Formats: sequence, structure tokens, C-alpha cells
Amino acid sequence: MTIGLGHYLTVAAILFTLGILGIFLNRKNVIVILMSIELMLLAVNINLVAFSTHLNDLVGQVFALFVLTVAAGEAAIGLAILVVYFRNRGTIAVEDINMMKG
Amino acid sequence: MIIQALAFYLFAAITVASGFMVIASRNPVHSVLFLILAFFNAAGLFVLMGAEFLGMLLVIVYVGAVAVLFLFVVMMLDINFVELRQGFLQYLPVGGTIGLILLVELAMVLGGWAVTPAAKTVSADPIPALDKVTNTHALGQVLYTKYIYLFQGAGLILLVAMIGAIVLTLRSRPGVKRQSISEQVNRPRDEAVAIRKVEPRKGI
Repeated sequence: MTIGLGHYLTVAAILFTLGILGIFLNRKNVIVILMSIELMLLAVNINLVAFSTHLNDLVGQVFALFVLTVAAGEAAIGLAILVVYFRNRGTIAVEDINMMKG
Repeated sequence: MIIQALAFYLFAAITVASGFMVIASRNPVHSVLFLILAFFNAAGLFVLMGAEFLGMLLVIVYVGAVAVLFLFVVMMLDINFVELRQGFLQYLPVGGTIGLILLVELAMVLGGWAVTPAAKTVSADPIPALDKVTNTHALGQVLYTKYIYLFQGAGLILLVAMIGAIVLTLRSRPGVKRQSISEQVNRPRDEAVAIRKVEPRKGI
């Protein structure tokens, strides 16, 4: 029983679906939505590394590194916006965010 | 080989289970802790795949920085999380349907898809043999030469994110008394001390 590419891709697919599901289920809680996005990015990273090792190509791991960078920046900015929003409004309910009438 | 399979199933099962608990647990603090568990086990998967540098980076960056950031924000904001949980079951049918459709699509892609054997021979940067060059060394040799501009760009992104986060959250509240050392030092003597002539038995 060897663990091949398909096994890792399956784990990544399940994780990605869990991330999507988390965004839909926790519509009101921005923190959990941000965590779901982190889960999805993790799934993408698993895919990239799996293909990298399967195709014997290092570029996939380099790209995963950049995805990691962007994920860290996104989390920092998102949480900063969240803190500022909470300071101004006293809540983080997503449904109340309609100041810009978008 | 059997040990590798066992390790894979252990890491994969814990990753998926804790990923589920991230989105399903009632308390966001528990969500963050399960997220940390998921990242740890994903790092184990990375090591199993042979990308040990990325595995360690995952532990350092995600568990050490991002998850702790989440934990701080969750614990510092005074929010009634029970209120935010309302509507969880209301969105369950729609979210479940979309998630299921996506999972089926991904499974179909996975099932009807194969790598051509020629793909392994045309890789841009072949991974050197592990007994000659370690993963970290090989990654560095590629990252600092061929992808140096992208690497600098990634650093720039982090810098912009850092400055942006500081600018967003920094505030100067009016009416707060703070020590201003330069103002204290620059105060002239005339402002600080006044010499009065006090006559005896009179006072000022």
C-alpha cells in the first residue's frame, strides 16, 4: 500500500471543501471566516507540494512559499481591519457591515 | 512503507478532523486551537512528502505567528459569540449543498485525470537527490538565484502588510496625558522657576 499523489490530493480537496463550508456556515463571524480562508490556503499548499514532489519539480515548493507569505499578510491586514471595525462599531457581525451600501 | 502509510493516515485524519472542528466548534478560541492542530498535522504531511523546509516554515509562520495573532484578537475583542452563532443551522442546507457539489466536482477531476510520464522529464527545477543536497539547501539555491525578484517582492508584500496593519490600528487619543521628553528637556529656565523677593513677616 503506497501513498501516492491521489491520497494527498484527496486530503487537500476535503480541506478546501471544509473551508468553503466554514464560510457558508459562519456567515456572521468574521474571525471564523478568516480561519476558513486559512484552511483553504493550506489545502492549496498541500496540493502544490504534492505535485512538486510527484513531478520532481522544486518550483511548486517555491510557489507554496509565496502562498504562505500572502496568507500571513492577509491574516495580519484582515485582523487589523477587524480590530478597527470593532473599535468603531462595537460588533463584528458581518451582516451589519453596510456603511458603503455595496 | 507500512509506517509511511500509517503516518499519512494519522496526519491526514487529524488534519481533516481538526479542520472540521475549526468550522464547527462553538467557541472561537477552540477554533483557533484546532486550527493550530490542523497546521501541525499538515506540517507532518509536508515532511512526509519530502518538503521538510516548508513543513517547518508552516509550524513557525502559522503556528508561531498567524495562529497566535488570531488567538490575541479572539481573546481581546469583547464579543458575544453565542449571538454570532445564530443562523448556523439556517445556512446549513445551502452551505452543505454547495460543499457537496464542490467535493463531487473535485473527486471527478481527481478520478478522470492522469499525469503523462513525460511531465517528470520537463521539470523546470528538478529536485536533487536527498542524500546529496538537503531540501532546504536546494530550495535556497533556486530561490535566491532564479526567483530572487519574486522573493524580494514577497518581502515587499510583508512590509506593506506590516505597515498597513500598524497604520490601521494606531490611534492617538486626545486628552491623554503622556510624557514628552523633548518638551521637558527644552523647557527654558524662565518658565520653570520664578524668583520672588519675600519680605519678612509678610509672605507672598
